[in-house]
Amino acid sequence: MALLELHGVSKVFSHGMGRVTVAVDNVTLEVGESEIVSLLGESGSGKTTIARMVLRILRPTKGRILYRGRDIWRLGRRETLWYYTQVQGVFQDPYSSFNPIHVVERPLLQALSRLKGVRGEEALRRVREVLRRIGLSPSEVLGKYPHQLSGGQLQRVSIARALLVEPRLLVADEPVSMLDASTRIDVLNIFAEMRDELGTSILLIGHDVSLAYYVSDRVVVLYRGGVMEEGDVSKVLDEPAHPYTRMLLDSIPRLDSRWRGRLRLHEPLHAIGRSGCLFADRCELRFNKCAARPRLVEYNGRRVACWLYQ
Amino acid sequence: MLRVEDLRVYYKTLSGYVRAVDGVTFTLSKGEILGIAGESGSGKSTLVNYIILPKPPMVRIAGSIVYRGIDLTSITPGELSKIRYTGISIVPQYAMDALSPTKRIRAIIRDLTRGRAEGDIEEKARERLRMVGLPGDVLDRYPIELSGGMRQRVVLVISTLLDPDVLIADEVTSALDVTMQRAVLEMLASFRDTGIVRSIILVSHDIAALYQVADRIMIMYAGKISEIGPAEEVIGDPLHPYTRALIDSVPRLGVRYKTRRLTGLKGEPPRLASPPTGCRFHPRCSVAEERCRAREPPPARVGKRTVYCWLYTGG
Amino acid sequence: MNRMPAKLALANPKVRIGIMVLVIIVAIAAVGPYTTGYGPLDYTGDIGAPPSREHPLGTNTFGYDVYAQVVYGLRGSLAIGLLGGVIATLIGVAVGLASGYLGGLADEMLMMITNIFLVIPTLALLIIIAAYIEQRGIGVESLIIGLTAWPWTARAVRANTLSLRSREFVYVAKLSGLGGARILVSEIMPNMLSYIIMVFILQFGGAILYAVGLDFLGLGPTDSISLGVILQQAVLWNAIQLGMWWWAIPPGLLIAVLLTALYLVNTGLDEVLNPRLRR
Repeated sequence: MALLELHGVSKVFSHGMGRVTVAVDNVTLEVGESEIVSLLGESGSGKTTIARMVLRILRPTKGRILYRGRDIWRLGRRETLWYYTQVQGVFQDPYSSFNPIHVVERPLLQALSRLKGVRGEEALRRVREVLRRIGLSPSEVLGKYPHQLSGGQLQRVSIARALLVEPRLLVADEPVSMLDASTRIDVLNIFAEMRDELGTSILLIGHDVSLAYYVSDRVVVLYRGGVMEEGDVSKVLDEPAHPYTRMLLDSIPRLDSRWRGRLRLHEPLHAIGRSGCLFADRCELRFNKCAARPRLVEYNGRRVACWLYQ
Repeated sequence: MLRVEDLRVYYKTLSGYVRAVDGVTFTLSKGEILGIAGESGSGKSTLVNYIILPKPPMVRIAGSIVYRGIDLTSITPGELSKIRYTGISIVPQYAMDALSPTKRIRAIIRDLTRGRAEGDIEEKARERLRMVGLPGDVLDRYPIELSGGMRQRVVLVISTLLDPDVLIADEVTSALDVTMQRAVLEMLASFRDTGIVRSIILVSHDIAALYQVADRIMIMYAGKISEIGPAEEVIGDPLHPYTRALIDSVPRLGVRYKTRRLTGLKGEPPRLASPPTGCRFHPRCSVAEERCRAREPPPARVGKRTVYCWLYTGG
Repeated sequence: MNRMPAKLALANPKVRIGIMVLVIIVAIAAVGPYTTGYGPLDYTGDIGAPPSREHPLGTNTFGYDVYAQVVYGLRGSLAIGLLGGVIATLIGVAVGLASGYLGGLADEMLMMITNIFLVIPTLALLIIIAAYIEQRGIGVESLIIGLTAWPWTARAVRANTLSLRSREFVYVAKLSGLGGARILVSEIMPNMLSYIIMVFILQFGGAILYAVGLDFLGLGPTDSISLGVILQQAVLWNAIQLGMWWWAIPPGLLIAVLLTALYLVNTGLDEVLNPRLRR
């Protein structure tokens, strides 16, 4: 049994007067034991919404999310507390992740007390230990308010909070996108160490292909709320099959080569709508079949949702 | 085209000066795209904003900015605003989110070009929009009706409508998705190639993005230049220890943790209210020596490059 | 959030002047009664006498010492403001917080009640309530005012709660195992503290003003005195027409100065706390 399973999960936001946004569209995916799975996508791909549904912040409109086979939206009060001892989260904005009026160690001590039953001297000892492990000196962090620390420091304190709980699954929603390039890699290294040394699984949400490549075992490529392609990094990112994955890889700026030719930019037509392939509007290889939604099918060691491979 | 000489721009705060830009010298040549890279707090944004949009609490302590023989630091705000748009045009960070929400694009263009433009500005705008892949009816839309990528392209078209000599673009791609980021950067390069603008200063925290279109790259750290030179050289063979660390910390496609572990920079960037003595990078530098702590490194020429590091002073 | 909100607030000239005036007014209310030998309803023997050494603000038609009436009346008015303001702020904040945080059906019900209270013509309601209660003290008047003045506060606090609720630190608190009530009280509410203080100042001034209105209509306290009651009697017994300015002007002036000071503090705080108004 996989650690985390999403079965046909959708999330629809309604804005009143019948207008709706489909943020996540029938997504099925799995996260296994001690693996890092990257959800890759641009804005509007639904990746953050998925993270929030897994963290029990947003309730799915349709579908089921199972943790070790149990529906996480059917947990009682005590079971919810148990769930948070198993599954933890880190968010994108390090500044907004901390309450501006409290010292930064407060959420760490709260997590220890509520989820681990550890209080007092022992709790402080553990906080110091985890801060050191994550490359922060306790004296430069303890007793400080969020505005006194840098974004990079705060994000590491955020991860320290999750680490204290020793979760089996960490959901990290764009954890490095607001950090400077030179400090990003350290955060990714911490994630890799958590996986290798503690066996933690990580659902890593992001838009940076190179970062996903560096640290993940598997990637799930999302576009407009749907899964385009999914599989091992070596398959999906080294030999991309889906036209969207290819376009994504062509567009990223690289340090070892410059772009060749010019990107042909297709403005979305919105002619095909949501009943067809979600990428069809921008796809160069579009043909008549694309008016219907392709299913995810096995192709050359990965799963891809494209009519070219069915 | 533009010569910045020993520019020092500080922020005046209640607790003293914050030395955001502290002795920056560079030249922008005709026809080039200069990329300025740096992390948060490097002063890159302050630097380019001060050139044409100086406003409190920025204070110039020293230095000059010479454009076409005029020192921009010695002229009145009125004269400076005449140069804006026609001589040097700037697209500030977040400009795409600052378009007046109650006006159509047409009205925004009319307001900005009033008294400055000649000929049929609307026809020109329509043609430019077509050039960047936008339909002419964008003119009749409100900013809120456009996607982020469309809005950013509209902003860039508006800022270059009067064919300025220099376009300064501050983090214009950082809020965009990668596919749109590439489109916008290529669009800027085509502005230069077709002579709509002569030179471009492109500011970004993303050195890989700059590398794609810039002819020369300038790396800033804590208010100072660490290295400036041809893009290929700076990225392919960085000389300054900071540039090297910065480039080494960016994973390339194909690099995996399991086979090659990268490391980031240790420590935190200095507080610019009380920067370290000597070279500002020395507290985080792995090859720092005694003189790095004591004195600021003078500029050293290495081929076509200028490096601010004692390793290259020949002493 | 500011590093030293109190210090920053006091650096604002409006706040400083406003607080200085308020301190003086409170001092008058606190010390005033000890500086006069008369009670507010003591017959002095002089009727309609102009200000003198014996009666600093003269006496009125009934032979009461106006100075004594004003200093005791000020106490009454401040008490109504304080009590009414506290009640309205408490109800408004509680309803707003609950409504904003709970969302869903609870939110809809609470907002429905709030909107009903909002559209009821408050003064008319106050008049009706006041008219039915025969023995009215300052406490009853404050209660009536507090119970009707909270709706706009509830709406404002709700909007504030809604925006804070989706901040990531609230999610983090949830992930740390904190319950809804804990999150509301220890994470969300403290971030609104400066706002709640401003709301209270407005409610304080509003309560005083409403009380003056009620008093003026003769629906004020029956067994005690307030500035509004003095004004009402002065007007009722034609003080101005009879040339007894010392009876009508001091209480009116005091109310005006008090409300102006509160207004200054409030707009000053707004400038300090609201970055958009900062110069």
